[in-house]
Amino acid sequence: MMTTLIYDGTFEGLLTAVFEVYDRRLDRVNLQKTDLGTDALFEDKLQVVTDEARANRVLKGLKQKISSMGVQRLYAAHLAEMDSDANSLLGYIRYAFDSVLNIEEDYGNRFVMRVSEIVRMVRREKHRMEAFVRFQKLKDNTFYAGVEPDFNVLPLLIRHFKSRYADQKWIIYDLKRKYGLYYDLHDTQYISLDFANVGKPADVIAAFTEDEGIYQHLWKNYFTSVNIPSRKNTKLHVRHIPKRYWKHLTEKI
Amino acid sequence: MNVDRITEKLNILADAAKYDVSCASSGSKRKNENKGLGNASNGICHSYTEDGRCVSLLKILLTNHCIFDCAYCVSRKNNDIQRAAFTVQEVVDLTINFYRRNYIEGLFLSSGIFKDADYTMERLVRIAKKLRTEHNFNGYIHLKSIPGASDELMNEAGLYADRLSVNLEMPTEAGLKLLAPDKNQADMIKPMGYLKNAIIRRTEEKKLFKKAPIFAPAGQSTQVIIGATPENDSEVLQSASYFYKNFNLKRVYYSGYVPVLADSRLPALNTSVPMVRENRLYQADWLMRFYGFKVNEIVNDSQPHLDLDIDPKLSWAIRNMQAFPVDINKADLQMILRVPGIGLQSAQKIVSARKFAKLNWDQLKKIGVALNRAKYFIICKSNEFERRDLTGSNIKQFILATSQSKYLKNTQAQLNLF
Repeated sequence: MMTTLIYDGTFEGLLTAVFEVYDRRLDRVNLQKTDLGTDALFEDKLQVVTDEARANRVLKGLKQKISSMGVQRLYAAHLAEMDSDANSLLGYIRYAFDSVLNIEEDYGNRFVMRVSEIVRMVRREKHRMEAFVRFQKLKDNTFYAGVEPDFNVLPLLIRHFKSRYADQKWIIYDLKRKYGLYYDLHDTQYISLDFANVGKPADVIAAFTEDEGIYQHLWKNYFTSVNIPSRKNTKLHVRHIPKRYWKHLTEKI
Repeated sequence: MNVDRITEKLNILADAAKYDVSCASSGSKRKNENKGLGNASNGICHSYTEDGRCVSLLKILLTNHCIFDCAYCVSRKNNDIQRAAFTVQEVVDLTINFYRRNYIEGLFLSSGIFKDADYTMERLVRIAKKLRTEHNFNGYIHLKSIPGASDELMNEAGLYADRLSVNLEMPTEAGLKLLAPDKNQADMIKPMGYLKNAIIRRTEEKKLFKKAPIFAPAGQSTQVIIGATPENDSEVLQSASYFYKNFNLKRVYYSGYVPVLADSRLPALNTSVPMVRENRLYQADWLMRFYGFKVNEIVNDSQPHLDLDIDPKLSWAIRNMQAFPVDINKADLQMILRVPGIGLQSAQKIVSARKFAKLNWDQLKKIGVALNRAKYFIICKSNEFERRDLTGSNIKQFILATSQSKYLKNTQAQLNLF
């Protein structure tokens, strides 16, 4: 009998679902984030109630089966928020628990391979954000950047930006997911901003320091100057910077 | 700040620097200390120009005034162009302000030679020093080693820069003599040799004393211009291989000559940039550095040029059919790396995964192997494999028929029927 597990989409929820699988000795399961409301005849449905204690037990057990790098990779894969792949993550964890050996490099296994693919996609997006964030300097000396990454990668960006821009206050705001990171010269925290009152473009420009416009202008000029027209290769250009990122790139606006 | 003047200078001096193709910002391990600004680690390409090249560093000349008259160079003495020069402070301000906005990984600073080598080198070093000591800047700095500069200045440069480079410009000394009569290869090699020894010595010191300063942690690189002089690929790659071995270079860059100047010694102005040749040279370079190929296996007297229509690894494979087929589930990593269509990452994954179970075609495909090329050269856990006794040229034809070659794509324009 197939059991459908419905969880809240969090990493703890995923780990709790693993707990349920072993606690109830389930075999064939289907993990999904939302209840699709379909009741198949030969199907059980189970609502997974996220439980931190249970999640921690699973995490502890998992750490004995795979390396801490492996756990981090699973977390990165989870940040992809790909509903259809919740089962791949669950499958990976079950495979890890059921094997005697560490299975992290068993790329012949479909779960391991799929997780490796998802991790690659998420890491690429993380790397793109490290490249494509464009800060603008505000009057209070905070550097602000708006982004719209394909995946929810802000949590993966903290370490990079904190160690690089240690001496300036900065905000990286995910406009799609409506939350951001704020670094106040000591620590980073998650914030949410209210953009309701800053509709007019003039208000936004008024918030910048005077030299912000100058450096944006210089950067755009530089970007044009380094191009070699006789080597034009638009296909390669767009492959490296897909068009969806352009609206937040100073040099491409 | 006079915005118009700075803009003009930036345009002139970025334009003059863009033919230097070195773009790497990786290989350093400079950390951000005492809550300063920046760090240098794995390298990030922050943007890409419309020609598809990465923009990682603020790449500029300090000045395009130059006492030399090298035929291939836009900044040559007798070229009638606008000249400009940055002040030390201007370069520092641009670097810091671009860096804080996450536009760049750091600074790439080159220069025309004004007065003499030491005078020029001293200015370059002064900028790097100011960034490091006054602004606590830990981002990436790439300085040009000016041919003929003194050991003292090169030593100081190594203390502040992450990478240093001297451009050999022409793959052979004869080519250099022809196009750059003011330069000689001995002057270029001298700072390179000094730095190589200094880097070795400093790395030893660093092992003994943790507090010892880091010295040019991203090593040295160089660039050769391709297509301006008649050297063949064998000469180019032999020369690259020599410098990799004897000077521990991190990278050799190959820059397809862009015809910018009319000169009887140079290809005509309407000559197209040898982009495919350049690409094949980089592929061959990768084979030497990461895939365990010796230069003679890729090019030699009987094979002086790289094939333009297929990549050099495939080219090697079809000349050496006796080495195949390779059993994916048994062969050692070195041999798997030699299979066309299998890259570094796929090779690593194969070697890891086969410890658990033998791999079949589907799994190889999932791992990322380009089967359209690899299938002629491997066997795996499957009854299906290439049973025909194909010659190298058969395989080449099959592969070209089923894929789009860069060479053809770049030479044949699509014809319109109507």
